Amino acid sequence: MENTILIGGIGGQGVMVFGQLLCYTAVETTDKYVTYFPSYGMEKRGGTSNCYVTISDDPVGAPKAEKASYVVVLADPAMDKFQNTLLPGGTMFVDSSVCTKKTHRTDVDVVEVPAGEIARELGDARVANLCMIGAFIGYTQVLPPEKVLATAFKKVGSKRPELNALNEAAFYRGLEIGTAARGRKKDAN
Amino acid sequence: MEKVFMKGCEAIAEAAIRAGCRFFAGYPITPQNEIPEYFSRRMPQPDVRGVYLQGESETASAAMLFGAGATGTRSMTSSSSCGISLMSEAIGWMAGSCLPVVICNVVRGGPGIGSIQPAQQDYFQATKASGNGGFRMLVLAPSTVQEAVDMTYRAFDLAQKYMYPVYILCDGFTGAMMEPVVLPEMMSDEAIAAEKKKNESWAVTGRKGAAKGKRIHCGTRHGIPSTLEEKNIADWKMYEQWKIDEVEYECYKTEDAELIITAYGVSARISRSAVDILRNEGYKVGLIRPIKVHPFPEIAYEQLDYDKLRGILCAEMSIPPQFAYDVEAVVRKRTPIATCLRSGGEIIERSAIIDAAKRLYGDK
Repeated sequence: MENTILIGGIGGQGVMVFGQLLCYTAVETTDKYVTYFPSYGMEKRGGTSNCYVTISDDPVGAPKAEKASYVVVLADPAMDKFQNTLLPGGTMFVDSSVCTKKTHRTDVDVVEVPAGEIARELGDARVANLCMIGAFIGYTQVLPPEKVLATAFKKVGSKRPELNALNEAAFYRGLEIGTAARGRKKDAN
Repeated sequence: MEKVFMKGCEAIAEAAIRAGCRFFAGYPITPQNEIPEYFSRRMPQPDVRGVYLQGESETASAAMLFGAGATGTRSMTSSSSCGISLMSEAIGWMAGSCLPVVICNVVRGGPGIGSIQPAQQDYFQATKASGNGGFRMLVLAPSTVQEAVDMTYRAFDLAQKYMYPVYILCDGFTGAMMEPVVLPEMMSDEAIAAEKKKNESWAVTGRKGAAKGKRIHCGTRHGIPSTLEEKNIADWKMYEQWKIDEVEYECYKTEDAELIITAYGVSARISRSAVDILRNEGYKVGLIRPIKVHPFPEIAYEQLDYDKLRGILCAEMSIPPQFAYDVEAVVRKRTPIATCLRSGGEIIERSAIIDAAKRLYGDK
């Protein structure tokens, strides 16, 4: 079983952090093979930024997957660039408060998360990323949520401890949305 | 052993420190920035106490490596592609002076400034002409982060063994990606001192405490023309000996193979999984992967049964191809050779390798 995850957005949104938190948690809590490959332009902020995560039972041959089981879209350019990368039957996670575009794909599931809105509601736009991660984990259940949050505290919290409480709140709001979407999908099946 | 999740570049830096590297000089360039960044944090720490220097340029950094190498200290630099080109003068001087240093090239697109994305376009430069004067180096080409760690660790011993610069040719993909690795043991201070002591007979020591202190280590150690040729001959003999002692390659599922995919670095990693997929579909395909790209593992291709082969597919991230020329030179038209190529920062796709392999395989 190979889970391939592509996260696409704009520099500064936390694309790399998203991918790395999944990887660190997978390495610490499972025996699976894990690879992470970042891809970005010259810009520190504002340019397109994406990363490829693979969590697999077997050694990973191609860490930059040509097709992904999950695609996370954090901004419009990523929608254009990566919607066709998603495998049929795969799931797309969209930050619907940032993305204005909708996917043309009809053979995939779409989980819309108003992560930017929730983050602003909570008081800091920067925690939107943890909200998206929460939704991803709630829906996919690829990793235990409490472990992902613990990794976030360790990695992100060491730089911005003042955001821990807000990040936690954002994570659980996202987790609820993801879990509910998973429930709806199950019911539909 | 505990696995840690590390970026290729950072893992290379940590492996070098654990191998006793106590001097690093470099200059920022993507995609190898994490190597100097990691050294800058790690070298001052109490368990290392090494020297980290950011030079004012690649030219200066390589010259600093020349100086540090001349003291017999385990030393290293790294850069990417066009940065390595700037270092080529000092690299030649270090080969000329027979200094045991380690150079790591985390390859990006080229020529010139090229792109910051991963590539394998420095193959000729690394294996054939890293500077003037026709010198060659041992060139190690990792295809996973773990291999980058193990090779970096070994590179310092190889440099010491042959009294010569050793080159790590790491594509930008392997440098930038993250993967769990097991790190080697940290070399003790005593072991590092013992290694340095081996270099006492030639290392520069300065004037301190000895009227005869060695102060100059510039140009060839045999600096007059009549013996420069002798040095050239001695180096040549060493390169020839490498063909016996230092050839390193991997054969994967080649025993009954009717088609061989051959690649190094990240392209080999991707090709290996292509072999698995093709095997599942019934194609008899195998992989030859040079672990060192110099000396080139000619024997791996010589021992193939050409009566049985449908062809050899060379997969590399370089247009025009470079590695494929070395393969062609040893195969000598005994079987058709095809290429699967990407370049300029584009990553080679497994599906493209599979399609190219099927085309070359012909009707089943």
